[in-house]
Amino acid sequence: MTTLPQYNFAYLDEQTKRMIRRAILKAIAIPGYQVPFSSREMPMPYGWGTGGVQVTASIIGPDDVLKVIDQGADDTTNAVSIRAFFAKVAQVETTTHTSDATIIQTRHRIPEKALSKGQVLVYQVPIPEPLRFLEPRETETRKMHALEEYGLMHVKLYEDIARHGRIATTYAYPVKVEGRYVMDPSPTPKFDNPKMHMSEALQLFGAGREHRIYAVPPHTEVVSLDFEDHPFAIQHFEQPCALCGAEQVYLDEVILDDRGGHMYVCSDTDHCEERRAAGHVGDLGVKEAAE
Amino acid sequence: MDLGLDGGFADPVLQSQTAFRAIMDALANPGAVQRLVAPGSPTSSIPPELVSTLLTLSDHDTSIWLDDSLRADSAVLQFVSFHTGAPVVREPGRAAFAFAAGAEHLPRFDQFNLGTQEYPDRSTTIVLAVPALTGGPDLIIRGPGIKDHGRISPVGLPEDFIGQWSANRELFPRGIDLLLVAEGAVLGLPRSTRIAEGH
Repeated sequence: MTTLPQYNFAYLDEQTKRMIRRAILKAIAIPGYQVPFSSREMPMPYGWGTGGVQVTASIIGPDDVLKVIDQGADDTTNAVSIRAFFAKVAQVETTTHTSDATIIQTRHRIPEKALSKGQVLVYQVPIPEPLRFLEPRETETRKMHALEEYGLMHVKLYEDIARHGRIATTYAYPVKVEGRYVMDPSPTPKFDNPKMHMSEALQLFGAGREHRIYAVPPHTEVVSLDFEDHPFAIQHFEQPCALCGAEQVYLDEVILDDRGGHMYVCSDTDHCEERRAAGHVGDLGVKEAAE
Repeated sequence: MDLGLDGGFADPVLQSQTAFRAIMDALANPGAVQRLVAPGSPTSSIPPELVSTLLTLSDHDTSIWLDDSLRADSAVLQFVSFHTGAPVVREPGRAAFAFAAGAEHLPRFDQFNLGTQEYPDRSTTIVLAVPALTGGPDLIIRGPGIKDHGRISPVGLPEDFIGQWSANRELFPRGIDLLLVAEGAVLGLPRSTRIAEGH
């Protein structure tokens, strides 16, 4: 039997947790504003959700139930290893069921099932600054947020329309929070943007490499930027999920062979499993063995 | 000789986590009263709820301001110094956190650090102990974290509270954040909340 080194509860030391907790409180008080924090090295590489992991580690307690998803799936490497990490360092219960979780850490999706009061959704964020690709200088983007000068973002969306005839941004679609700060919702598909608006759950965003934490409290206005003549619209799929028959959900394309065969399935694996367990079957699905 | 060792969390890691979640939920859901773990107080001049928030939020990185009644008690200063190492400042404008045992010794909100337009997060969070969180005049609150509107009725708020708070709200995104504590509970009023008198 191997002995593990003794870590503090939830891995981070107490001083680091306090620093992150203070940043979280300020982030909640100023919805959409990116609070700088002193991000730590984590036992996983940047890009694997070190920001989200630090936020989760700072809020989690022994009574929490943790769910981790990566692109909607509970069973991908990133999700499995972060879940295992917290099961080991915080001895918390983990789940794949959205409704059972008190904390859901996510990479690039919001669960299909509406979140409820008391739940916390923790996003892993690669680039927190929505203006970064338009203006590389931090001093400038900070000033733009301070002065509420978001014309550049509208020019970018307008250029989309001039070039493609529509707003071509499909993920990390910029939103305005409570009529003040323009915020990057992390690279979630724009399909998920409406779920952020007036959510019952607290939404926390952690960007480890970029040292930023921001938040959207429950019941907060989150509006996707658009134009009167080009209103914001989410993606629509031509066909339902091939496994569970779900409509109005976000679908992933799965390649089946080398002759162009493909199928579309729910990106949210828990949602798909629950529907199949309830007897819903799609075109390519099979009836549950129990039935 | 008393070195201020008495009191504080029996289990610092888990109790400060529990207290933090209460404070986080209080600020994320303004007006909703959250249970706050109350540790032993070193002396009767500092209420246990202030001790709880103090230990949860402050350390050597945070300058803190204490009101006259707290600063006058050397046991409080020794306790703060031993348990947190936080530098105690006299000017409210330099404080990351301000702790007050009652509204009578609290300077006006605009005397505290209000943050800057570029860094609004650098403002002071005020933790004010009041006699009770309910039973006072009815106030109506609106804003992020509040479904439609909510009602609060804390007792013992500072003088001209509505006026001071409106001025604070006007400064958004700058401004102070307020935590009211009493009777083993905390109520959060982030700067984003709008407050009006109820009828």
